[in-house]
Amino acid sequence: MPADPRTTPLHEVHKRLGANLVDFAGWVMPLRYGSETTEHQAVRETAGLFDLSHMGEIHVAGPQAAEFLDYALVGYLSKVTVGRARYTMITDADGGVLDDIIVYRLAEDDYLVVANAANSSTVLAALADRVTGFEATVEDRSADYALIAVQGPKAVDILAPLTDADLAAIKYYAGYSHTVAGCAVLLARTGYTGEDGFEIFADPGDAARVWEALTESGAAHGLRPAGLSARDTLRLEAGMPLYGNELSTDITPFEAGLGRVVKLEKPGDFVGRAALAARAESGPRRVLVGLRGRGRRVPRQGHTVLRDGVPVGTVTSGAPSPTLGAPIAMASVDAATDLTSGAFAVDVRGRAEDADLVELPFYDRNR
Amino acid sequence: MSVPAELGYTNEHEWVAVADGVATVGITSYAAEALGDIVYVEPPEVGATLTAGDTCGEVESTKSVSDLYSPVDGEVVDVNRAAVDEPEVIGSDPFGQGWLFKVELSGDPADLLTPEQYTTLTEGEG
Repeated sequence: MPADPRTTPLHEVHKRLGANLVDFAGWVMPLRYGSETTEHQAVRETAGLFDLSHMGEIHVAGPQAAEFLDYALVGYLSKVTVGRARYTMITDADGGVLDDIIVYRLAEDDYLVVANAANSSTVLAALADRVTGFEATVEDRSADYALIAVQGPKAVDILAPLTDADLAAIKYYAGYSHTVAGCAVLLARTGYTGEDGFEIFADPGDAARVWEALTESGAAHGLRPAGLSARDTLRLEAGMPLYGNELSTDITPFEAGLGRVVKLEKPGDFVGRAALAARAESGPRRVLVGLRGRGRRVPRQGHTVLRDGVPVGTVTSGAPSPTLGAPIAMASVDAATDLTSGAFAVDVRGRAEDADLVELPFYDRNR
Repeated sequence: MSVPAELGYTNEHEWVAVADGVATVGITSYAAEALGDIVYVEPPEVGATLTAGDTCGEVESTKSVSDLYSPVDGEVVDVNRAAVDEPEVIGSDPFGQGWLFKVELSGDPADLLTPEQYTTLTEGEG
């Protein structure tokens, strides 16, 4: 029997806001507060406020923390300077993806690993297993952090009056100790929406205060609370993978078009190196492509992709795109597929819906 | 949640209003709320013959797609083109402007749930 779902430090806030709450990865999380399309558009045009406290936080510390992470992950974490962060992955020995994670270097010998809620215990177990022989410790700190994200073009304007940080000096994928609303936090310029924005790791006891301060500051800027539904369509438009959709233990990072996270050039062995080096040599077995539907019916995860009527792959994520006003999907297709010609379609519940191959991401704020 | 007293209901969260041998069908506000923003609806075609309990179309929202079921036997005599063109109306006014299709009954409507029974159903699922 699974345990009762956990609630975040902002649970009462969500209830007061009338959120539609759902069980997600063992947590009670807001799916949406009102219209998910409105929430999505707010993030693209003004800003959105997210509770991401379900994410897993794992501290890795000690004199050999850097060497250990170089061994345990596919990334080159000893190269990351203090205050910066990396998007990377942890794989099994076969190169299968266990999770995609963000790693912050908090100090020379102190890293924060942020894992997906559903994979947090897997990542923790793998790190604890792999740390043997290293002068480093692995500690589950998930209960010590609330995580609040403010995302969108107005994020800087909303956050600036509340923090001691010079936001202009915080680069993308950087994170430092600062204050927000008088509370000590780790303030990071990261996100999962395709917009500029910040993720704020706060003490659970401070979460409501930080949330309320952002809500108040954001009122004049069109800030809206946004739920997991908007988060999913935002990341899909931005071409960002979701574990369980684009990523799984059945594929290596190369099959998801993310071979760049595998740092084969780093010295020493790491878990998955031999398998990943072989895959880099042979090329991926599958490629991730973008599809834009011509009609209105929406391709969904698991639907078959057709080229001239012949199955060539499977949809990994699909949704109606609020920004493009059309159905969009990411799909994993056989690497041998000729993508330069042919008519593409998706079998949507028994009917082929025409779709065009398009470059990922579907949405790029800098374009 | 609103459950108008003058309508009949189904286990599939549809409502039915019968007048002069014609049944008007839509989805309930409970269903619309559960679906979230509705982006696409495909009602049955005018002239189609429907059998109670069979699928006859679909309603698509941001997160998922659901089948429409015919609550009655008969022939489709009208569909709500305005709702097809602008599906938002199904969410904003499910019992009114958001109706989906009309069926000329070929017999008595099958057993529909009373508003009280339907309320009990949704409370059980809630």
